[in-house]
Amino acid sequence: MTIVRDDKTMHPAYSVIFFTTASGAGYGLLIWMAIAGTLGVVPPHWGIGFAGLGLALALISGGLLSSMGHLGRPERAWRAFSQWRSSWLSREGVLAVATYVPAGLLGISWVFFENLSGIVVVFAAATVILSLSTVWATGMIYASLPPIRSWNQPLTAPVYIGLALASGGVLFHVILAASTGVTWTTAGLAIALVVVAFILKQAWWHTVDNARRDRTVESATGLGRFGKVTMVEAPHSRPNFVMREMGYQVARRHAQKLRQIAIYLTFLVPVVCLLLLPLLSTLVALPVALLGMMSAGTGLVIERWLFFAEADHAVTLFYGADKA
Amino acid sequence: MTTLPQTTERKLGLVIDLDTCVGCQACATSCKEWNTGGYSAPLSDQDPYGADPHGAWLNRIHAYEVDDGQQGRTVHFPRSCLHCETPACVTVCPTGASYKRAEDGIVLVNPDTCIGCKLCSWACPYGAREYDYAHGVMKKCTLCVDRIYNEHLAEEDRIPACVRACPTGARHFGDLGDPTSDVSKLVAERGGFDLMPEMNYKPVNKYLPPRPKRNAATSPKKEIAPRTAPADGSVTERLFAWADQMLSR
Repeated sequence: MTIVRDDKTMHPAYSVIFFTTASGAGYGLLIWMAIAGTLGVVPPHWGIGFAGLGLALALISGGLLSSMGHLGRPERAWRAFSQWRSSWLSREGVLAVATYVPAGLLGISWVFFENLSGIVVVFAAATVILSLSTVWATGMIYASLPPIRSWNQPLTAPVYIGLALASGGVLFHVILAASTGVTWTTAGLAIALVVVAFILKQAWWHTVDNARRDRTVESATGLGRFGKVTMVEAPHSRPNFVMREMGYQVARRHAQKLRQIAIYLTFLVPVVCLLLLPLLSTLVALPVALLGMMSAGTGLVIERWLFFAEADHAVTLFYGADKA
Repeated sequence: MTTLPQTTERKLGLVIDLDTCVGCQACATSCKEWNTGGYSAPLSDQDPYGADPHGAWLNRIHAYEVDDGQQGRTVHFPRSCLHCETPACVTVCPTGASYKRAEDGIVLVNPDTCIGCKLCSWACPYGAREYDYAHGVMKKCTLCVDRIYNEHLAEEDRIPACVRACPTGARHFGDLGDPTSDVSKLVAERGGFDLMPEMNYKPVNKYLPPRPKRNAATSPKKEIAPRTAPADGSVTERLFAWADQMLSR
């Protein structure tokens, strides 16, 4: 059986999907660790700091390296730090690198000196603020693109924040399950954040589904006043860059089912796992926490694939797309 | 700098006449030929003789059927960078490789500082930017910046290659910021319009709409008087009249 790929959408590049999900979860975990450490929710034991901050920084760094993989000229990536006045992508780069400074100092104090008080509180606070700002900038890269209606909406950046905090919370509980054990306080907060992320994403999908898709080939070409417009001849025989990137052909007919699967894996399964964690003995808690992590990770990859595969770019109208 | 200039001294751009364009692709091929050796060089192609040929072209010509009734017509539709006044392709650029010139409003990519992140192409609703897979950087219309000011060229050649090549005069080049320029007058006279004004990118390039269709169905019918030859009563005339009568039986 062949799959008919006749929907023209933004190209869901695997490097970008991996980058946004991994670094989002990494920044989320970094925020959880910084707050939990300074509030004394977890002891300043070097092992917890090493595992938690190490995992967070590994996810962030892996994601950032992966995002460089889709550059045509990765050796020039340093130039991307220059245009923070106008470009959200540049801001994301600046903020991502800046986050390493307080996060690194926090990590050194925690792992080598087991000290989370005094000036370290300032490092932790800076880590939280910069992490949130970085994830916000990631969301704004997409939100600031008028040609893509589904992304160009006020909820895009909040969804990125919500998903980062929720997935970070799930990861944080893997660290807890492997060390101190899980209490209702943190599990309850993590569940609340997963629910908030779910509500944000549902509202985002609601906006996408109810958007007035009034852009057509008639409005794009300005020829609608003369009648119905149909493309009779494409400018090229094979897809060009524009169509490969913005009119990538995917089979979108399973989108609704994939949304359901993404919801179960990203939100429902992790909430059930988090509910069970405080009740379970340490031996059983760790596999359950890992299950929650695997589920959330898989769900987020599907959610992020849909983010691209359901995004219609206005340029596809010139190539005969119905509406955008 | 990817911050946009407040105003530009001039607004150089193109006016494209959808009435006279015949879709011959001369502008596209001439553009490719000039720019693969000019500012944007190279404009590489991938798999040019294989099953999946594609490459960076800065001008694309679509053909649309507009209305399928008696007013129906084919409209050839060239699509290239519109050198917008407020283009998001410039402001999203993280490196400053994309910029809009304050002196003439031309939007350019510096091929030496572009990192090939492709975000500018996402930000353009007009599909004007094409990534060069071999060069690893973004390519776009330069309005032939290396022709229009080039004193080594004959004066009549100091216009964009696409305008120079157009055999039907469907492409016009000039300063759209100057209301007394030929292109501005043409736009005023023919009701030139912006593409996707709702995007708020304020395109400089304008499109002239097709003129009202003229054919048997849409033009008013003229009564044509039957051609009658004056009768002179000559022998040949009577012979033909007889033959006509006989053959009409």
